[in-house]
Order: sequence, then structure tokens, then C-alpha cells
Amino acid sequence: MSADGPASGERPPVRVFLVDDHDLFRSGVRTEIGHAVDVVGEASEVDPAIEMILERRPDVVLLDVHLPGGGGLAVLHAVGRADPDVRFLALSVSDAAEDVIALIRAGARGYVTKSISGPELVDAVRRVADGDAVFSPRLAGFVLDAFAGVPVPLADPELDQLTAREREVLRHLARGYTYRENGRRLEISVKTVETHVSAVLRKLQLSNRHELTRWVADRRLL
Amino acid sequence: MVSAFSTHQPTPGPPRPASLPPRLTRSVEDRVVAGVAAGLAERFGIDVVAVRVAFVVLALAGGSGVVLYLLAWLMVPRRDASASIAAAAVRRPADAGHLVALGLLVAGGLLLVRELGLWFADALVWPVALAAAGLALLWREQQQDLAASGRGGAPGPPRPLALAGRQAGLRVAVGVLLVAGGIGAFLAANLDLAAATEVVLAAGVAAAGMALIFGPWAMRLARQLGEERRERIRTEERAELAAHVHDSVLQTLALIQRTDDPATAARLARRQERELRSWLYGERAGAATAGGTERLRALLEAAAAEVEDDYGVTVEVVVVGDRPGDEAAHALVLAAREAMVNAAKFSGEPSIALFAEVEHDAVSVFVRDRGVGFDPAVVPAGRRGLADSVEGRMARLGGRAVVRSAPGEGTEIELWLPGGGA
Repeated sequence: MSADGPASGERPPVRVFLVDDHDLFRSGVRTEIGHAVDVVGEASEVDPAIEMILERRPDVVLLDVHLPGGGGLAVLHAVGRADPDVRFLALSVSDAAEDVIALIRAGARGYVTKSISGPELVDAVRRVADGDAVFSPRLAGFVLDAFAGVPVPLADPELDQLTAREREVLRHLARGYTYRENGRRLEISVKTVETHVSAVLRKLQLSNRHELTRWVADRRLL
Repeated sequence: MVSAFSTHQPTPGPPRPASLPPRLTRSVEDRVVAGVAAGLAERFGIDVVAVRVAFVVLALAGGSGVVLYLLAWLMVPRRDASASIAAAAVRRPADAGHLVALGLLVAGGLLLVRELGLWFADALVWPVALAAAGLALLWREQQQDLAASGRGGAPGPPRPLALAGRQAGLRVAVGVLLVAGGIGAFLAANLDLAAATEVVLAAGVAAAGMALIFGPWAMRLARQLGEERRERIRTEERAELAAHVHDSVLQTLALIQRTDDPATAARLARRQERELRSWLYGERAGAATAGGTERLRALLEAAAAEVEDDYGVTVEVVVVGDRPGDEAAHALVLAAREAMVNAAKFSGEPSIALFAEVEHDAVSVFVRDRGVGFDPAVVPAGRRGLADSVEGRMARLGGRAVVRSAPGEGTEIELWLPGGGA
């Protein structure tokens, strides 16, 4: 799986910070990814997390969606304002579309479920550290759903619509293909797959499509 | 979602509201006629003498005081009784005779008074009676609200709020209508313009006075009712959650602790997870599960759940779009189920991905595993069934099935069916 990620041997390990209110889960993650990345700290609540993240400046924060004291969203907002360079990968057991979409729109660069395997998580963390996006199959499904059909009228056609290629890439992610398998199937490079997914992430964050705003408004999160 | 449970703590209820004035009753000890004046005085903290003087003045100035007093006597319960005379009469339909007798008695008394010349214009009496009936309705509504909020005793069984709300709304509307009708009738009957202006002015002054006197009390009451209603809803939700967790999660945990077989434990846990997820995030029971009307998404999820239970694997289901669960959809789901069973049996991998997309002109389903795979050109004996049944099934539907696999590369079965979602 490591060959699937960006070249990993030539640079210092990614500095990762864990935010999750379950001790068992944090120690599990540390064990699973500790050999491949540098875990520089962890927190279980919103306020200490914000403080320590701003102090230690990790490359990637693994952020639990559900946290006591405001949820992952509160951490995202506070850190995002103070230091936009810190990148976030959301991690959750939740399948609720509105939870995930809200975090992505607040700036997280990806979303994976907690059932993800260790090597896949390492891969996802590296991608996020490189500024790419990471979509779980389920998130890819949400996005396809949200951008399905052609509504009238499109406020911003560039942002409110996916290209045929982007849809194709998302479909393969939803089918459970990795980026590399995706590229092989579509006969494009992994880098191109990454570019497409990042473009989708951008649309997801900036588009005002009705379905996206509705998901978020339903939870009154933004 | 585990976090939501672990951080869920019983929250203390809001402080009980400060005691309201006692409910409106007729006094037993301090009474001249029926204890109405003393009761009113006590209820609103006014001097009893002032109330009596008001009644006398109203009685002398046209006689409305008498009518009001009689109505109050009927509508307001005695201190030591639980219900007013009127309420008791209405509540016991078997006692309708009682009610009629009472009505006749009142009418007779009024006629007697009229014969004696202590009367006032009919044009005044009927509007006042109408308005009084409306007010009585409104007041009764308010008292029921108080009773429903369970103050000063064990709360009764919670009323279904929506229903209660509609009934209450209807009663309030009728009450307001009666009051408005009374005022209208009064104005119509006294269309002497000069007098009308005077009456409107007087009514305005009276209304302003009432608002000043009762406004703060009414606002406090409304606030307390809102608070208590919210608390009641919270309590009900908590009870529902507790009941659900008890029936499902706790039972499953008990089962898991008693089983020695890890496969069984994993299966129980997975089934419980699925059930809890659909309860938390899915459409609440009904729409998605109503017999015979399930749509494609629900059918696929049910099929995946069956495979999970039967073979101890996990199936990650992602569905984009949806369509009615017609015959073609059922057949498609059967084919998908077979593909999942195949992956569960032969791939050697415990996880399967299912992706379905409904487009405007076709439906595609992909069942994928990362298992051992095989060479489709050299089909092993056990896999003959897959090609025959799945491909045959799809061909009969006018669609097709494609199997992609290679040794060591997992297997993906694509099912494609023309005709989109509607």
C-alpha cells in the first residue's frame, strides 16, 4: 500500500496530531500508524486540542467529528482562523451526510471512517499532508448524490457541476478502488486522479448547491 | 456516535417554577351569595370589597353584574369541589337532565327578574351572554393547560402534543369567535353612532385596564408553560432513547458476553451496529420499511444485511439515487445478492463493497472484493453458478453482467440494467 502513496522515503515523516475523546481509539491509531508517521501529540477535548495544535503546528490533524465541547467543527474553525496551514482529516463512525459535509465545508481535506485499515490511514494522512483530498467510498457517494442531475438554474456552473471525468473518478472511489487502481482503470496517472479529487473537494467547499447548503443548514452548523 | 452516548448524562431538570396564585375557586368561608367575589379577590390579589362593589355597580348599571355573577357561579368550582357545576354537568353526559334543569332554572330566574322590572335591554343581555360563553371557553383552555403541565401533583400521562394542540387551537378559535360575535352583536344592536363611540371607548379603556392587570401574569404563565412543555418533551425523548438502547444494544452486549465464538460475537456486533445506525441516521421506521413499498436502496441494504448475517462478512453499501422497488429492481437485487454471496464464499476476504448508482436511463450495481480473484477464462467448478445465474438473470431482464477478475486482484461484478429511476 505504501507504494500507492507519495514517495515516502525521501522526506521526514509527517507530523500528526490526534484529536479523539476515546482513549482506546487514540492508542489504537498510534499503534497502527506510529511506525510510519510522527505522532506529535493528542487531545481529547476541544479547548486543549486547539491550544496544543497551535503550539505544536502538526502537518495533519486527525480529527474526530464528535467531540465533547463543540465537536470537531469547533477545532476546525478555531485553528483554521489562527493557522490555515494546518490540514485536517476528519475521522468518524458517523454515516450522517450532514456531519461530513459540514466538516469538509469548514475546511477539512478529507473524511474517512474509523473502520479504515492502518496502512490505508497512513496513506490518507500522507495525501492530506501533500495538500490532496481523501474521500471514503461513502463520501464519494454523498458527493455524487449532491451533484446529481442538472438543477435549474446553476448559480455558478463551474462550481455547481462536476465534470464527466470527476464523476468517473468519484464512481470508482465509491466502488472501493484506491487512487492507484482508479488511475489504472481510467488510464490516467495517480497524480491526475489526485487533481480530480482535489477539484471536487474545492467544489464541495465553495459551491452553493442547494443540496449542500441544505445538509449543513439542517444541522445549523455553519 | 459512541461519543454521543458516553457523554450523555442525566441533566437536572430546570428549577420548579415559583408557585402560581391558587386556582380560581369560589370561597366557602367568606361568602355573601356564592363566594364568587371572595374567590376572585383571592385569585388576583385584589381587595374583596372592591370586587363586591364592582359587581354591585355593574348590577345596578344595567344588570350585567347579575349575569356575570350567575355565570361565574356556574363556571367556577367551589373551593372544596374538584369541578364547577357546569363542568360537572357537562362531564357526565348521563346527567344531561341535570344540565337541562340547571339551564331552565337559570332562565326562569332571569325571566323572574325581568318580570320584576329589574331588567335591561335585550340588546345588551345577549351580546354579553355570547361574549361570556366565549370567555368561558378561553378560560377553560387555560386551566386545562395548567392541569396538563402536571403542576402540583403527579403528572398525568403525557398528551400527544400535536393532537392536543389542534384541539386547543380549535377551542381557542371558537372562544375568540364567540367573544367577537358578542361584541359585534352589541355594536349592531346599539348602532346609535354616538352611543357606539362611547361604548367602543369604554371597551377600549376596560381592555387596557385588563391588559395592565393580567398582562404580567399571563406572560409568566406562558413562559412557564413553554418551559414545562420543553422539559416534558426532553423527558419523553430520553425515555425513548433509554428504551431503545435497552431493547437493542444492552441485549446484544449481554449476548456477546455469553458467547465463546468470536465469529458469532462479531456477527452480533455488526448486526447491532447496522440496526443502531439505521435508527440514528436512517429514515425513521415506516417509509423505508413499509411492506411491499420498499425502494431500491432499502432492498439493497436489506440484502447486504442478510449476507452479512449469513456469512459473517461486512458489506459497505453506497447507493446514489433511488428508484421504486418494482419487479426489475427486485430481480436486480437478487442478482446483486448472489454476487455478494459469491464474494463472501470464495474471495477469502471479510469485506465487500457494494456501489449502486441510479441514473436517468440506467441502473448500475458493482459488487467488489479484494480477495483471491480468479481467471474468468478458467472458471473453477464452484463458480459456474455465478456466471450462469447472475448473467442469465440479467440477460432475462434485458441488462447484462460483467465479471472482472484476475488471480490475486480481487473480483468485481458489474450489473447493468436499462431504465432509470422515476
